[in-house]
Amino acid sequence: MAIRAESNSTSIRNEGAQSLLRVSRLSKSYPGPQGALPVLRGVDLALDAGTSLALMGESGSGKSTLLHLVAGLDSADDGSIHIDGRETTALDDEGRAALRRRTLGVVFQQFNLVPSLTVGDNLSLQARLVGRHDPAWSDRLAQRLGLEHLLDRYPEQLSGGQQQRVAVGRALAPRPRLLLADEPTGNLDEATGDAVLDLLLELSATAGAAVLMVTHSARLAGRLDRRARLVAGRLVAP
Amino acid sequence: MNAERFFGLLLMLSLCAAPQARAAGFAGLGDEAQGFAEPAPGHALVFPRDHGAHPEFRIEWWYLTANLKDESGRAYGAQWTLFRHARAPREGEGWDDPQAFVAHAAVTTESLHLFAETHARGGVGQAGVETAPFRAFIDDWSFTAARANLSGGEIAAFGPRFRYRLALAAEKPLALHGEAGFSRKAESGQASYYYSQPFYSVEGALAIDGVERKVTGRAWMDHEWSSRPLAGDQKGWDWFSLHLDNGAALMLFRLRSDKAPPFHAGSFIGADGATRALARDDISLEPLEESLVAGRLLPTRWRLRVSSLHLDIDTKPLNSQSFMGTSVGYFEGPISFSGSQRGEGYLEMTGY
Amino acid sequence: MTQFLYALAALTSHWRRRPGQLAALFVGLAVATALWSGVAALNDQARRSYDRAANALGIGAAPGLVATNGGSFSQEMFVALRRAGWKVSPLLEGMIRLGDKSYRLLGVEPLTLPKNSRDELPEGESLEQFLGPPGRALVAPQTLRALGLGEGAAPTLGDADRLPPLAIEKNLAPGVIVVDIGVAQRLLHRPGRLSRLLLAEEPAANATPLASLAGDALRRVEADEAPELARLTDSFHLNLTAFGLLAYVVGLFIAHASFGLAFEQRLPIMRTLRAIGASLRALACALVAELVLLALLAGAAGMIGGYLVAAALLPDMAASLEGLYGAELDGRLGLAPNWWASGIGMALIGAAVAAASSLVKTLRLPVLAIAQPFAWRETQRHWLSRQAALAALALAAAAAALLFGDGLEAGFVSMAALLLGAALALPLALAALLRLGEARARGPLAKWFFADALQQLPGLSLALMALLLALSTNIGVGSMVEGFRRTFAQWLDERLVAEIYFEAASEKEARRIETWLASREDVAAVLPLCKVKTTLRSWPVDVIGAPPHETFSGHFPLESRADAWDRVARGDGALVSEQLARRLALSLGSSLDLPTPSGDWRLEIVGIYPDYGAAKGGARVDRAALSARWPDARRLDYMLRARPEDAPDIMLALQAQFGAGIARIIDQAALKERSMTIFERTFAVTAALDALTLVVSAIALFASLTTLAAARVAQLAPLWAAGVSRRSLSWFEFARVTLFAAATALVSVPLGLALAYDLVAVVNVRAFGWRLPFHMFPSQWLEVFALALVTAGLAALLPIRRLARIAPASLLAVFANER
Repeated sequence: MAIRAESNSTSIRNEGAQSLLRVSRLSKSYPGPQGALPVLRGVDLALDAGTSLALMGESGSGKSTLLHLVAGLDSADDGSIHIDGRETTALDDEGRAALRRRTLGVVFQQFNLVPSLTVGDNLSLQARLVGRHDPAWSDRLAQRLGLEHLLDRYPEQLSGGQQQRVAVGRALAPRPRLLLADEPTGNLDEATGDAVLDLLLELSATAGAAVLMVTHSARLAGRLDRRARLVAGRLVAP
Repeated sequence: MNAERFFGLLLMLSLCAAPQARAAGFAGLGDEAQGFAEPAPGHALVFPRDHGAHPEFRIEWWYLTANLKDESGRAYGAQWTLFRHARAPREGEGWDDPQAFVAHAAVTTESLHLFAETHARGGVGQAGVETAPFRAFIDDWSFTAARANLSGGEIAAFGPRFRYRLALAAEKPLALHGEAGFSRKAESGQASYYYSQPFYSVEGALAIDGVERKVTGRAWMDHEWSSRPLAGDQKGWDWFSLHLDNGAALMLFRLRSDKAPPFHAGSFIGADGATRALARDDISLEPLEESLVAGRLLPTRWRLRVSSLHLDIDTKPLNSQSFMGTSVGYFEGPISFSGSQRGEGYLEMTGY
Repeated sequence: MTQFLYALAALTSHWRRRPGQLAALFVGLAVATALWSGVAALNDQARRSYDRAANALGIGAAPGLVATNGGSFSQEMFVALRRAGWKVSPLLEGMIRLGDKSYRLLGVEPLTLPKNSRDELPEGESLEQFLGPPGRALVAPQTLRALGLGEGAAPTLGDADRLPPLAIEKNLAPGVIVVDIGVAQRLLHRPGRLSRLLLAEEPAANATPLASLAGDALRRVEADEAPELARLTDSFHLNLTAFGLLAYVVGLFIAHASFGLAFEQRLPIMRTLRAIGASLRALACALVAELVLLALLAGAAGMIGGYLVAAALLPDMAASLEGLYGAELDGRLGLAPNWWASGIGMALIGAAVAAASSLVKTLRLPVLAIAQPFAWRETQRHWLSRQAALAALALAAAAAALLFGDGLEAGFVSMAALLLGAALALPLALAALLRLGEARARGPLAKWFFADALQQLPGLSLALMALLLALSTNIGVGSMVEGFRRTFAQWLDERLVAEIYFEAASEKEARRIETWLASREDVAAVLPLCKVKTTLRSWPVDVIGAPPHETFSGHFPLESRADAWDRVARGDGALVSEQLARRLALSLGSSLDLPTPSGDWRLEIVGIYPDYGAAKGGARVDRAALSARWPDARRLDYMLRARPEDAPDIMLALQAQFGAGIARIIDQAALKERSMTIFERTFAVTAALDALTLVVSAIALFASLTTLAAARVAQLAPLWAAGVSRRSLSWFEFARVTLFAAATALVSVPLGLALAYDLVAVVNVRAFGWRLPFHMFPSQWLEVFALALVTAGLAALLPIRRLARIAPASLLAVFANER
């Protein structure tokens, strides 16, 4: 097993030669009223291809910040992130955008669909953006996600669970190497949330994508391969 | 220049005739002469009266070309031409006069060809031709002569970059071409009245860009009038005036046609002043070399032969770019020649 | 490229859901372009006409020689100059009458014309026909139509002479007839005479000097710098341009408002696109491409609208220009390629201006900031203080332009800055009003009403500013026009006191008519007038000589010295028009030197009279004194005094007796009517543009309310949930909009008056040279107030109706969607 928690360290270290995601000594602070407010204080983390990790922690523990940094939506103060062997912390904005559309899939708590596009168009948006639209795969995703009869509808005509399934499908349509999910079921009731998570994990496995998911629910976290907890900006074993 | 819109007087005609509507000859010189007089054989020219204008004929020109040298021996050419064109065969009062005039003047050196053009309506005094004493004028340009053989006067012209004033002297009589001045231009009977003064000796001053030099040399004068000098299919002509070093003079021309072989004519004027018209088959004019002039190819070197005179000469231009870029363009420039005879003269080519 | 296309597709899909917003943006840009390009088309049309009129055959563009004393000179002068090597071409110009209209007859000599002029004449056979006999009279197609004749017709002139057969020359200006010089000499009865020599080439350096050829008979004139008409009408066109710009700005307000909202509403789309990896560059390109596409489409639609506006206004403008300045306009709208280019260019610039701030914000946004709820607008306080600073700046600029500026442009600048400053200050005033209301309000709903209005202010402020501009322009222009109309009518009453005005066809006829009139019992007085044209400081001035008579001394409206009329009669005093006085900075007691053939004539200014509507300067002197100094001055104009009831009989008798010997005759009532018609048509264009601006501002308000309506739902839902009915909520909405409009209308009254004052006291004086009394018309204010309420009510109607009928589910969705 590639990921293992060490009791004497705040890091989860990768022992394999080539992890899909490798985060080293990552630090980030935000300006606050009394000077800089550290959010991450040297986080180390590794994730192998095809595996999943749940990132847990209290509100404000920095788990979303870590996810944003991995997604290249924000830039770190110190430390590095390697995805698929490339150091993403060294990329400029254009490079990070390219990384997101080629290598990553992102699912947020809010569904983040384009309200003026149909479900079908939303589903294929990222795949088309990166020129990797695969109709057979899209059809299969739609079918698995139970969206095949809803493709011509608009997001506002869908229930929350359906909308989040569209978001999952959109993130997986270009077959990303790594799926990042930030409380993907946070807006859904328990049953619906479980169903969406099942689909997310199942389809990620089918697509061969590793999953890094932020959640505050230990119950949900338990369904993933590994778990890690952020406490005051440091990673600890759960 | 397109072939229909041709030459000189020609340029009056370009002002006054729609080229497409008038397909005949160049510049409409082959047009029907409605209401205008026609030259006829056997009509005797009377001087000085016939030095003047003939308003009953459609077109007329007074044409001087001079081969000159300055004190250092450099060669020059000078041209002075007044064209008359009538819209109707009459004269009128003031602006009502249907006669109109155009004049061209030029100065040629080895490397320069400068020309000027000016227009005038008849009837108001801006241009005209008077006899006794002879005076042809337009603006401040003039051609005057005190004597009946048109000598004892001068030509003067002023262009933007050049000016000249040249005194003309001649002892020999006028040379009447063709049949006592009746000069045929086509098999179908088109003709003009045509006579020359080939024997001027010239002395005067010529200035280019404000630099004046004294010049001397020889000049040739033509006076010609008609109403329909060309056949409808004739597109232009090549014309030579030659001063031979033995004191004689020669005029040769050919009229080119679309449909027929060229029509040749010429006159030989002996050193004694006697004129002999040359037979058509006596003359051979053969282009030797073409030059690109004003965007068209023109034959600028010629081989000229007159078998009855045992004459066989090659001509070359002083300046192969002696093109008159006036409202109607044509070639007019000094030449020299060698072969069986040596000498100098002028070459005029129209309708190319 | 793929990225760009899908980003574009995702962004533009927004419009499908918000077609109203797209329509507002489109209409804003289209209307801005339409009004601007409409005015530009009118101005272009007029300028082209002036240029062509002044420059018939390129003659105005060539330097020339004219008689030193004015008038004509002998053709021998032309021959002498040509024979001395001067390349001159003769010209004879004059007026001829055909039917009841005058035409400018131009006699030219085509063979010697300067080359660029000759190129405009026919060639070949047509030239031969032009030279004649009988020659040809070349006219513009419009002139031929106006004459009601076909090509080849040879109309008869008054004196039995005939024009040569007419032929069309499409490059000519309307109202010009070109004939051969010989024909012109015959038709104008000036055999052997010329009015001008054109220099086809500059004389050679060593040419005989002019003085030794012509003595001092001829003098050189340079090519006309600007056609006289263009100079005279400059101010008229500046007025139009100012209106065009105002309308353009109001249109941009709409575009800006709707684009800002669209931007805000599309932030989530942009956030999503960025999150899934669309690059910033692709996103920016897509936004710009969308904007350019929109601008091109709206611009094209605007150009069509502009054409229609111009076509509709052209007849009025043509009529007023002809009436005021004698400028003849081509009645058919011609559209130059650069008109299209500039119109589309204005649409693109407008779109860029309207969208600039949103675009810049997009480009500057870090990815995460997009992902968070984004404060598009500054906090309201911050926003208000920035408005206040800008308003203060604009008002200071207005004051500076007024105090230190000079000339018409400065007048307009101060006006524009005043309007802008007031518009920027409007939200401040409204905010203050609402805070006051909030403080005074009793009860939760009333408090909410004001608080909510305050919150809504930023979203509506652009539309309200546009409304303010339109309303105050309406008041300002309305006051000016109405004030002018009253002043003008009163002035006409005082000025036009004679019962009959006529002009004799010739001197000979004039003497015969005088004799005949003297014998009539019913004619109380015959007052002959002499008129000469002169130029003072390169400005055309008409000097009119009138006999001493109580018709003038009793009725002429005047600011004058007590002995003014005695001084005039003595021949050493002159009355000058207000325009002339202002232009030359003359006041009572100043002296004026009039150039006469016998040298300068020194006169003292003893009176200044208003001369509304006159483009030229005017001076009045004693007729006998004038005749003594201008022996050639023709005495053709007459005023007749008689009992009003006798006037019709006298007119009939005159016409029966003299027929064509009388060139023009008109009675007092008809003359007044004609003057008022010219006046009305002059301001018809202004009034039309004014009304259009108001319509545009109504559209702006409508667009803002429509686009805000969706956002309003979220704010109204809690009240609905708390038990306020949808119907009541709609009423609150309506009341709020009406309150805004009413407050705006209130502010527009003082602003409009300031504008009117600027127009009357600054712009008019600088543009036309006269000052009008400043009137106030409270009834107009009420009209405008009502208009504002109606405008706002209409604009609010549709969004509020929609609100009243909104499905409860939509209101519920607000809660369901809340995070």
